[in-house]
Amino acid sequence: MYNYVFDGSFEGLLCAVFNWFERKPGQVKLQTEATFQPDAFMPCLQIVNEREKADRVWRGLQSKLSKASLRKFYCTYLSELEEGYTALFEFACYLFAEGPAIENNYGNPYVLALSKIAKKVEREKHRMEAFIRFQHNADGIFYCGIDPDFNVLPLILTLFKNRYADQQWIIYDLKRDYGLFYDLSKVEEINIDFKQQPKTTGIANPIVSAKENLYALLWKDYFKSTNIQARKNTKLHVQHVPKRYWKYLTEKQFEQDQPEF
Amino acid sequence: MSERLREKLNILADAAKYDVSCSSSGGNRKNDNKGLGDSHASGICHTYTEDGRCVSLLKILLTNHCIFDCAYCVSRKSNDITRAAFTVEEVVELTMNFYRRNYIEGLFLSSGIFKNADFTMERLLRVVKKLRLEERFNGYIHLKTIPGASEELIREAGMYADRMSINLEMPTESGLKLLAPEKTHQQVTQPLGFIKNQIVQFKEERKIIKSTPKFVSAGQSTQMVIGATPETDKEIMQTAALFYKDFSLKRVYYSGYIPISYDNRLPMIGSQPPLIRENRLYQTDWLMRFYGFHVNELLNDANPHLDIDIDPKLSWALRNLQHFPVDINVAAYKVILRIPGIGVTSAKKIVQARKFGKLRIDQLKKIGVAYNRAKYFIKCADSPYQLKDYQGSQIKSFIQAESQSKYLKYDTSQLILF
Repeated sequence: MYNYVFDGSFEGLLCAVFNWFERKPGQVKLQTEATFQPDAFMPCLQIVNEREKADRVWRGLQSKLSKASLRKFYCTYLSELEEGYTALFEFACYLFAEGPAIENNYGNPYVLALSKIAKKVEREKHRMEAFIRFQHNADGIFYCGIDPDFNVLPLILTLFKNRYADQQWIIYDLKRDYGLFYDLSKVEEINIDFKQQPKTTGIANPIVSAKENLYALLWKDYFKSTNIQARKNTKLHVQHVPKRYWKYLTEKQFEQDQPEF
Repeated sequence: MSERLREKLNILADAAKYDVSCSSSGGNRKNDNKGLGDSHASGICHTYTEDGRCVSLLKILLTNHCIFDCAYCVSRKSNDITRAAFTVEEVVELTMNFYRRNYIEGLFLSSGIFKNADFTMERLLRVVKKLRLEERFNGYIHLKTIPGASEELIREAGMYADRMSINLEMPTESGLKLLAPEKTHQQVTQPLGFIKNQIVQFKEERKIIKSTPKFVSAGQSTQMVIGATPETDKEIMQTAALFYKDFSLKRVYYSGYIPISYDNRLPMIGSQPPLIRENRLYQTDWLMRFYGFHVNELLNDANPHLDIDIDPKLSWALRNLQHFPVDINVAAYKVILRIPGIGVTSAKKIVQARKFGKLRIDQLKKIGVAYNRAKYFIKCADSPYQLKDYQGSQIKSFIQAESQSKYLKYDTSQLILF
């Protein structure tokens, strides 16, 4: 049994699959550099990223998988979970060994794991689409900071780009420290240094626009008056809006403290 | 200025909250004019109120002034409440600014009837027209059809709205007569029929001329109030099934009556809204729409009411044990769908996965089948051999003993109120 160590990138993952078919080492354990602990009794192989090999594996996946399964594959990668990487690796090896029919064999633990992890990621993506609350800043940009469980920014990009085509916006992943900025024509990846507060860009300016507080207040009012007291069901409420997301939600902020983002 | 706006929003959102329709799905309006908004096929619930209902649309009345006096309605003429009305500009401003901040998917606009039906409908039309044409808003718009409004107005409104709805209110004509003597079911079915025919016509035209505008692309829906009048579940669901069939409705909503009046024709203020009953009705609705059940299988003269303590699918299965056990490794998809404890997703996975070998219990559990419930109704590769045939009542008590149902504390069946 081998330890395969890769750098955590998508390219690295695909190269690991290529390497397995090149060397046929039998059973391997896939680990990322970040969490790898050397093992005295297991030889370890460092995966070298090579663009060509990765491309070849990716083309293979594209030709063998349906669109839905390819999306699942990509979503599972974005989960950034160790077991997700393992599932992807084993799934890809299984796929190339057995042929495209196996993509729906939910009796196989890795096919099922792929489908389950992808579902988790899609759920988080959907929650972000729902729970992002833009704040209109004085510089005219709509800003929102998030820290999702999984790296979902690439997945939500299209929806926000199509939807808010006539306003500038920034969605910033505070956990992974990168964000998306839409400048009315295209979306760009950006990095903000929050410590320095550069004056020139004015990004993430804490000063909100004149009407922002009014609309936030109106929204809170609306949230209160649309509730039917006689049907109160806190359990269901918390099930749909888990408490860890409350920090994003304008309607869950109390009057005195403004959202930090 | 803003204080007055707050007050209006509070009054008119409060008055609109009894309309339960919340869906924002099915719209296919694309943002191709570089405006604001783009409909998402599956809809997004942006938040949930403390009663657990989703908030996806800004749901407001244009006004709560009303010339009608329907006993079940909070905005009825005889009710002593604060009245208010939005201007067209106020509604547009609110919608645009809420949408820009990703608070909502769109607008749900209803209204009390002031002056007459046409006057009201014309106002509603002005709001949606301004949103679509002046503000280039492509979000979701759900518009109420005002009963009795002229067909020209309804037709024009349909060009801008994604969904239109008109509430049936009471499941039977007699119930409606009792609480709203001025209204009839015919007033509802006429516009429903008109819009349905228009939708069909526009679809036909689009096949020939691609640039035909969209017309109510997310279809129509309706709503019934449950528990205000003494209808049986059978009558309610048969009405629903009829409306699904006759008017190709996307949804029928069931709204448990929240006591709001001291009228002696209605349940008293303070009595509990029929939440469990509402839940069971929705479950039945789903069984009809997604599980291939016919309404008469679930509710018939022998069983005019749904069981409160178990869900309708389980209760159907217990009454029809001759269909079970089903061998999930060979049975058709439609048959697997009818097994309690197996939903649409699991059924589809089973059908896919069994191509690769006979499925076992542990695999079923991992796929997501509620095995403790399903085990009485299925056979798979390693099902334990069973000598005994259980009665329906025995299976029911086994399942209830194991399940953590949120309804177990209400185990006693509800007494007949009427």
